[in-house]
Amino acid sequence: MSGRGGESAPDPTAPAIAFERVSKWFGAHAALRGVSLAVAPGERVVVCGPSGSGKSTLIRCVNRLEAHDEGRILVEGIEVDDDPRRVRAIRREVGMVFQSFNLFPHLSVLENCILAPMRVRGMARAEAEELAMSYLARVRIPEQAEKLPHALSGGQQQRVAIARALCMRPRIMLFDEPTSALDPEMIKEVLDVIGELAETGMTMVCVTHEMGFARRLADRMVFMDAGEIVEAGPPERLFRAPEAPRLRDFLAQILRD
Amino acid sequence: MAALAGGLAYVAHRFGSVLHYRWDWGSLGGALLHWSVAHHAWRAGLLLEGLEATLRLALWSSVLTFLLGFGFALCRISRSLYWRLLGGLYVGFVRNMPLLVFLFLFYFFLSSQILPLLGLDRLGHGAGPAARFWLGLLFGPPRELSAFVTGVFCLALFEGAYVAEILRAGLQAVPRGQWEAALGLGLGRRETLWRVILPQALRASLPALAGQVILLIKASSVASLISIPELTYMANEVSSSNDHVFETWTAAAALYFVVCFGAASLFARWERARGTALAAGPRA
Ligand SMILES: Nc1ncnc2c1ncn2[C@@H]1O[C@H](COP(=O)(O)OP(=O)(O)O)[C@@H](O)[C@H]1O
Ligand SMILES: [Mg+2]
Repeated sequence: MSGRGGESAPDPTAPAIAFERVSKWFGAHAALRGVSLAVAPGERVVVCGPSGSGKSTLIRCVNRLEAHDEGRILVEGIEVDDDPRRVRAIRREVGMVFQSFNLFPHLSVLENCILAPMRVRGMARAEAEELAMSYLARVRIPEQAEKLPHALSGGQQQRVAIARALCMRPRIMLFDEPTSALDPEMIKEVLDVIGELAETGMTMVCVTHEMGFARRLADRMVFMDAGEIVEAGPPERLFRAPEAPRLRDFLAQILRD
Repeated sequence: MAALAGGLAYVAHRFGSVLHYRWDWGSLGGALLHWSVAHHAWRAGLLLEGLEATLRLALWSSVLTFLLGFGFALCRISRSLYWRLLGGLYVGFVRNMPLLVFLFLFYFFLSSQILPLLGLDRLGHGAGPAARFWLGLLFGPPRELSAFVTGVFCLALFEGAYVAEILRAGLQAVPRGQWEAALGLGLGRRETLWRVILPQALRASLPALAGQVILLIKASSVASLISIPELTYMANEVSSSNDHVFETWTAAAALYFVVCFGAASLFARWERARGTALAAGPRA
């Protein structure tokens, strides 16, 4: 069923995310040019492509951190548009993890995690704390709950950011280069946590340059360049037999280093 | 250093030899505290009464300043052009005018026309003695209330423009990623502002806000010109009646210093308390 504009209740049979000929401009610069993509419930999609190709813009349009200019985006059948009610309904169900963590520096790790469950879901503090502790245990840092974010390493901060997003029990998770700001020795701990999450059947869209990770985890890999999806398919196929010359160049470059 | 010390010595010498001024601190006694035979108790002299009025004025105008400053800071960062224009007009209007001129404009045009209509001077007539005591302590004598209210509003409207700019800068200095993380979790704009952005903005703005409060305390001395009997007004009264200009104004300066220094230390302590809890701030 395709979502009607006025719909604001999620439809679990609809695609988790559907882009229909979506375009987005920053001034005269087109960041997205008529992108179409459907992500099925439970599907794990990895997005790759050179810097500036529109990967961040693509996933930021899903929860309307950016507003697209043309086409339609549906999240579980709900159209992403100007209606603040629908936007908030979508944001409740879609978790996002940023390259720069964006933890709230004035709140402890635990307070970072319970803020949205309490304020958005209306959960009682005790219940929210219990939930937060269970997710902090899942990302393996329950002992840091009382600390402030800046006392943690980058890898730990990113794991807190993941736990914070999970505390809203989202059905969809978006990752925007979650390991790009990390020192090499911390990349694995974060990728392991994301990998475990993938096994739970969560719908995931992850922008990353970690090709080994993409190969292991993704059901589908999407290669973007200059605001377009140039090629998409199972990662094995894209690595083994890339069709587009631009993808071949990109893989040659990224696999060399 | 030597030149400075020499200069100071010279100034001291001039004071001593040319003026042949005979300091007489005893002349101030009654202006600070005096023994009231009628009440059989120590009563505040004119200078301490003035100090009390200054504190009252500073307190209420600080409170109002922050409310106005916060409100107009929000206007300035609003997404709506209308609110931004309103905030810009206010800040632009106030900041490009001397305080004294602003005060007179405000006093002669606005408050002398509008406030009497409100009947502030009759306020508290029906109140009991306890209520009157508290009203007096918080707002001063009822008969001076309309001048007091004028002073408070005028100072707050004036200082509010500066606080609005300080807070606007603080709010805008919070990284965009903080908004995005909070909104992305499903929080509304208002909750995001209140629980995520404002605490960080306040922390960054605290030193500048402290400076502004001290400026406000000192600026409150212009209220003497609309006959609010605060410290400067009283010092003027005392010095013209006792003819001890130097002692009186030195005492007034010392009282201002104590109040401002006290306020500065309070802010510094607050800042340290938050600072030790938060150390340097976010890394990424
Ligand atoms: N807020 C913005 N203002 C102007 N241009 C932007 C903005 N965000 C992104 N862009 C431009 O849009 C294009 C796509 O950016 P982005 O989606 O961040 O690329 P990627 O994540 O693939 O590196 C880039 O050319 C970038 O410069
Ligand atoms: Mg990016």
